Parts: sequence; structure tokens; C-alpha cells
Amino acid sequence: MSVLSAGKVSKFFGNFPALRNLNFTLEAGDCVALLGRNGAGKTTLIHLMSGLSRPTEGTLEITRRVSLLGHGIGVYDELSARENLLFFAGLATVPVDVEAWLEKVNLKDVADAPLREYSRGMRQRLALARAFMGEPELLLLDEPFTSLDDKATALLQTLLAQALARKATIVLSTHQIPEAMALATRILFLERGKLAYAGPRPEEMLTDSTWLYRTYGAIS
Amino acid sequence: MLRQSWQIFLKDVRMELRGKEALNASLAFALVVLILFSFAIDPTSEQIREISGGLLWILFAFSGVLLVNRSFLREQSNDCLDVLLVNRVPASALMLGKTFANLLFILMIEAVCLPVFSVLYNINLFQLPLWLLGICLLASWAIAILGTVFAAMTVNLRLRELMLPVILYPMIIPALAAAMYLTNIVSVGKVPEGDDLIWVRLLIGFDVIFTTLALGLIDTILVD
Repeated sequence: MSVLSAGKVSKFFGNFPALRNLNFTLEAGDCVALLGRNGAGKTTLIHLMSGLSRPTEGTLEITRRVSLLGHGIGVYDELSARENLLFFAGLATVPVDVEAWLEKVNLKDVADAPLREYSRGMRQRLALARAFMGEPELLLLDEPFTSLDDKATALLQTLLAQALARKATIVLSTHQIPEAMALATRILFLERGKLAYAGPRPEEMLTDSTWLYRTYGAIS
Repeated sequence: MLRQSWQIFLKDVRMELRGKEALNASLAFALVVLILFSFAIDPTSEQIREISGGLLWILFAFSGVLLVNRSFLREQSNDCLDVLLVNRVPASALMLGKTFANLLFILMIEAVCLPVFSVLYNINLFQLPLWLLGICLLASWAIAILGTVFAAMTVNLRLRELMLPVILYPMIIPALAAAMYLTNIVSVGKVPEGDDLIWVRLLIGFDVIFTTLALGLIDTILVD
């Protein structure tokens, strides 16, 4: 079942073509690694898929509940962890057990402390809870492994595996190829705004993280 | 949508009451201006009664800008606005929640300033309390709804503190003029009637038109 379909999608900023003529579909249960060099258009595509931005040309249809974990962690510094999760749970369309999520991300003991007192790792774990709670059907994660410590990385991998088990669709934009390849079933590879590769994860990527860049990375 | 607006309202009120940054700044500004004017103008003169409405509503418009400016700045840190929009919170629900929070903050400032004004300038503004409350609600809603829309438009500008009043004040002149005129009338204990009611209708019409426009346009303003 198609969760997201893009038809001839282009995005221009002024005259600059950030994305050009993208065609792809995402199915339920796909774990898609969105790869590309800096400036290739990964974040722009994530913004389009999230609905935060509209294509200049083409159509992009999203049929499911979406959650985004972008460059910002998406929680309020003035509130506590419990207040943050209660707020987002109050906006959700499905019931959310906030206490269970606080337990899951190991923040229950400090749940009422203001976020300003949290370490970076604690804030990231809260951001993970915020992004994954409410059982989103399409998860958009922009550089999710960046500056995570080992425990937070393990937590993220567990949450991703659980989301895939319930047939959620995941899009991972990342430069950290080994972590992404451990989960990815498909790859979208962007090169200067064009889709240079869209298909199943090549076996070569498990052992050689630069293979796709060398093979498909020189389109004009 | 109402449930989501309520959540946004509660969150904004909780965040502001916790830090009180905008409320304290706005209240301090309003009180300082009231006190300074009381030195500049003879508080016993009849002239002050004639300009009381003007003085009060210019003051509320200025201090209101300090409050509404914070509305979308709260969502800027950590990209919270993106998360809200991606979570399918309708832009109109976001708008309504924030407008009601701003309305509450502006009314809180007015609740302090009106008695202080009465004491400093020796004018009993509360002779017709229900009329005064109605004027405050309608005019404050005008400041809140337009201020919140323009705060959304200017949130990504570097000079937003300057741009917000520059674009807000010219737009809000009809509502402020109506509020000034009606406040002057009720401050002498006269119930607005006859031609005076045109100003009431103007205030109501302003609120209805700009609330409808704001709810219709906010999606375009916030996305992309």
C-alpha cells in the first residue's frame, strides 16, 4: 500500500533548482535511507515529504500520520519532559501513554525538571519519545544519529525496529551509512537535486559505504 | 480543532507564566508610560478626560506588541513550529490558541493599568463596568488577532521587533479609533447610543472580518 507518492516533483528556490523531477513511491513497512552529499537536497525533500514545504512543480501525496525528527529536537525548553509529552499527546489523534514513554526513554526520575537542566543526551531521548509516540505511520528522520551517545543510538535502533515491526514507513536522511544500512530496505540517493538511484538496498552497501556514491554519484 | 487550540492556549499560558518575560516587560512599560504622562499632564484638568481613551489604547497597543511578538518566537527554538505543522495541527488551531493566549495577556495588562490610570489621573473609568469590559474585549481581540497573524509573518525576519509594529499599527487604526472614542464616552458615565453605536459596530465588524481573514490565510503564511 502506497504511503507516499511523488510524481515529477521539483522544488526551486528562486531560480535555483533544489530538487528536479523526482518520481518515487514509499510503501508501508519500507525503511528508506535517503542518501546524498551535502547540498544534494535531502533536507529539502524531507521538508516536502513532511508537508512543511510545497513542490514548485509536480505532485506529492501523503496518506498517513507523519512524525518528523529534524535538526531541531522539537520540544520546549521552558517545559518539563512530562509537560512536553503531555502537550504533544494532547495534540495526537490516537491515545498515548506518556508515563510509559517516559519510562522507555529513561526520563521518569527527572520528568518534572525543566528541560534547561537536562544534558544533551537527555534532551535527545526526549526528542525520540516525542517523535515516536502516537505510532506515526510515516517517520521522517533527518540526521537522527548525529551526536547520539551509544545508549541513545541503541534506543533509536530499538525504536526504529519496533516501528518497522508495526509496518511504519521510515525515511532516514543520514551520512552515517553503517547505522542506516543495518535497517534500510530501500535507498533514495540524491545527487545535485536529482534522484540518481531509487531502489532496493544494494548488497555492496553493507560492506562498502561509498559504493553508491562512486557508482551513481557523478550524474550531470 | 478546538481541542488542539485549547492545548496550544494552555501551553503558551504555562510557558509565559513560568518565565513572565513578556508580561513583566509589557507591564513595566505600560506603568512607566502612565506615570511619566501623569507628570507631563495636569491630572485634574478636563483635557485629560478628553484624551484618556487615546492615551490608554495607544498604551495597550504598544504594550500588546511586546506580548504578541513572543507568540511565534516560542515555537522557533528547537523547530517546534515545524513539529506542530507536521503533526497535522491545523494552522488555524495554532492561530486561535495563540490569539486567545495573547488576548489573556493583554487583558491582564489592562486589568492592572485601568485602576492605576483611574488613580493617577483622577478619572473613574469604572462607571459603566460592563461597557468598559466589552470595549476591552473587542479592542484587545483586534490587537491579539492581527498581532498574532503579523507575528507569524515576521517571525523569520531579523528585524521582526521593528517590522511587527510597523505593519500592525496602520492596520489596526480603525479598531483603536473606535476603542478610544467609546472609552472616552463610558469614562464620563454615558451609555453609547445613537451615532455612538457606529463605533461599536465598527469594532465588531473589524474583529469578524480580520478573524475570518486570519483563519483563512494563516495556512499560507505558515507553510513554505
